[in-house]
Amino acid sequence: MNGNWSWDTFFEALPIVLEGIGITIGLTIACYLFALIFGFVWTILRRIPNKPINWIVTWVMEFIRSTPPLVQLFFIFYAWPMVPVIGMALDPFTSAVLGLGIHFSTYIGEVYRSGIEAVEKGQWEASTALNFSTRQKWIKIILPQAIPPTIPMLGNYLIIMFKEVPLASTIGVVGILHMANSYGAQYWAYLEPLTIVAILFLILSYPSAILISKLEKKMNRRFDKKAIVNSKGAVT
Amino acid sequence: MITISAISDIFPVLMQGIKITVTVLIASIICGYLMAFIAGFCRLSNNVILRKFTGLYVEVFRGTSLIVQLFWLYYALPILFGFDLGSDFWAGVLAISLNYGAYMSEIVRGSILSVAKGQTEAATALNMSSFQRMRLVIFPQAVRMMLPEFGNYLIQMLKATSLVSLIGMTDILYYGDILRSSNLSQAPTVYLLVLVFYFILALPLIWLTRRMESYSKKGVASQ
Amino acid sequence: MANPIVKYENVHKSFGEVKVLKGIDLDLMPAEKVAVIGPSGSGKTTIIRMLMTLEQPTLGSIVVDGKNLWQMEKNDQLMDANEKHLRQVRGDIGMVFQHFNLFPHLTILENCMTAPIHVQKESKASAKNRSIEMLEKVGLGDKLENYPSQLSGGQKQRVAMARALVMRPKIMLFDEVTSALDPELVEEVLTVIRGIANEGKMAMVLVTHEMEFAQDIADRVLFLDGGVIAEQGSPDEVFGNSENERLQSFLHRFRR
Repeated sequence: MNGNWSWDTFFEALPIVLEGIGITIGLTIACYLFALIFGFVWTILRRIPNKPINWIVTWVMEFIRSTPPLVQLFFIFYAWPMVPVIGMALDPFTSAVLGLGIHFSTYIGEVYRSGIEAVEKGQWEASTALNFSTRQKWIKIILPQAIPPTIPMLGNYLIIMFKEVPLASTIGVVGILHMANSYGAQYWAYLEPLTIVAILFLILSYPSAILISKLEKKMNRRFDKKAIVNSKGAVT
Repeated sequence: MITISAISDIFPVLMQGIKITVTVLIASIICGYLMAFIAGFCRLSNNVILRKFTGLYVEVFRGTSLIVQLFWLYYALPILFGFDLGSDFWAGVLAISLNYGAYMSEIVRGSILSVAKGQTEAATALNMSSFQRMRLVIFPQAVRMMLPEFGNYLIQMLKATSLVSLIGMTDILYYGDILRSSNLSQAPTVYLLVLVFYFILALPLIWLTRRMESYSKKGVASQ
Repeated sequence: MANPIVKYENVHKSFGEVKVLKGIDLDLMPAEKVAVIGPSGSGKTTIIRMLMTLEQPTLGSIVVDGKNLWQMEKNDQLMDANEKHLRQVRGDIGMVFQHFNLFPHLTILENCMTAPIHVQKESKASAKNRSIEMLEKVGLGDKLENYPSQLSGGQKQRVAMARALVMRPKIMLFDEVTSALDPELVEEVLTVIRGIANEGKMAMVLVTHEMEFAQDIADRVLFLDGGVIAEQGSPDEVFGNSENERLQSFLHRFRR
């Protein structure tokens, strides 16, 4: 290995590492969308009014959340094809979408749940009093109030997932980390390409984090105001 | 297929990795919390340079990915310090504790800032010095606010320890990978067992987190 | 005549652009009880917060027992006081807050004991005895091991008073101590203050909206308006026959 830092290596590796950026971003978006959709499944499952089912769902979620996503990734990529009957071979990209998507869907599901629970009880009662159907209740009354306050939290999870996506390089998804490692293996110089990867992450995630914290403040203001209006409304 | 005999073959092999996983976890937890408090207090310091420097550390480690930091430290440590001995262990522990230390330092800082202003004022009215105010009044309350988040990060750190297999440390996942590469058809049983191993390690942490949550609910005046 | 224990000289205070106090001159005698009244936003609270070193005056000086509170001499130069100086001078001052500010992580007894032990370096046994004594005096001898969250507002405020009194201050400051209480809890707090006042040893400054109480307890009443002391005198003078129109209309609102 090169004993010291070399700018020549840095600039040689830069275009090669950059080739992976499309895959990294693409995988982030795919995983995120999967988690957003699958998160709903957890939320719905948890609302089933049946104690044993509820208990099982809670512990399955807890299991997925408290075991390493890396192992889950390996399970889907290496083990799933070996599972009899339902198993099938998946390419690295799809495996990563499933693995990381399912892992983070358990977190996203909790975000949805917190949003729904934050909707006041009176809203349910009012929509019952107005004789809405269950479907209408959810679509017209509850979800429009439950979702917006969770947007900053959901945004945070986008950034968190972006930083977890390089795990997929371990099963051969050729994002920026994979490009850096294979450059390193080829020329026996890891430090420079890995530094490039770190810089790329910083460049992409730092502004997004600032954007989201701004959004969060804006949201807080908006909903606080709303709360004040509500409480005034209650007095008069 | 998952059979009893397969499990009894796999189980002892995975057991060999427990020691490394637990060692890395404990070392990371200690260093991570230490880092969180050091960086958290530095960010509240009156010294501008110290504050900015710590801010830079926090943003860099929160802004990049743990796995990238791990590889980077793994290759950089021998160059930076010129030592090779056990550098994979320290690369692993340093990466995890620096990464989560950065996240948790924000919790430390936020908790201290969110102890109500009246508490400082009451302590001042009792003629406490600024050090006494922090030690006797602010910090004990701030710690209670930190606990639930700190608990959650315990589990995050446990999950993170699985990454050290990627730099050649012989943890649970490492042995799992060896078993899988020697007999691919066993892969489902192997990885399922690896997951169960991690979950069993997580259970006490989950319990601890809940204890911390309920403990933190009392005894705080926050803004 | 004795020397004043506290002396404000031309004290000003601004928060950003807003001038809250525009030249306060005030002498407080040892053992004197002064009530400060006035419309909200008139700077009543700021006056005592500056004495407690919670706010720094923008201009002017406050002298406590012959020592300048906010300035100190170093190498023959007057400069802003450092923490050491502040701690030396404010040691004789105690304060009770509108929102109690009890330490929620400590029991009632610990709330009272902590400062004597750590600040005044008193022995633990002695601090404990005196704290228990003081808590019994305010009628909370049976709540020693309770936490603040388990008490009513009136009880909390009585603990806050015991906590301040254990420090044996020469000057006690009361910042609207009944404003955050439910009406039915006000009297129990006022009774305790009355008891302290009747012992007579301490100087007391009470910022308050309880006019009858002020009239009853104070040696002198200050009416603060527009950042200055607009009127002052004995309770009879201020409440009885002042010609100040602002004071008249202010008092009128309390007598309906």
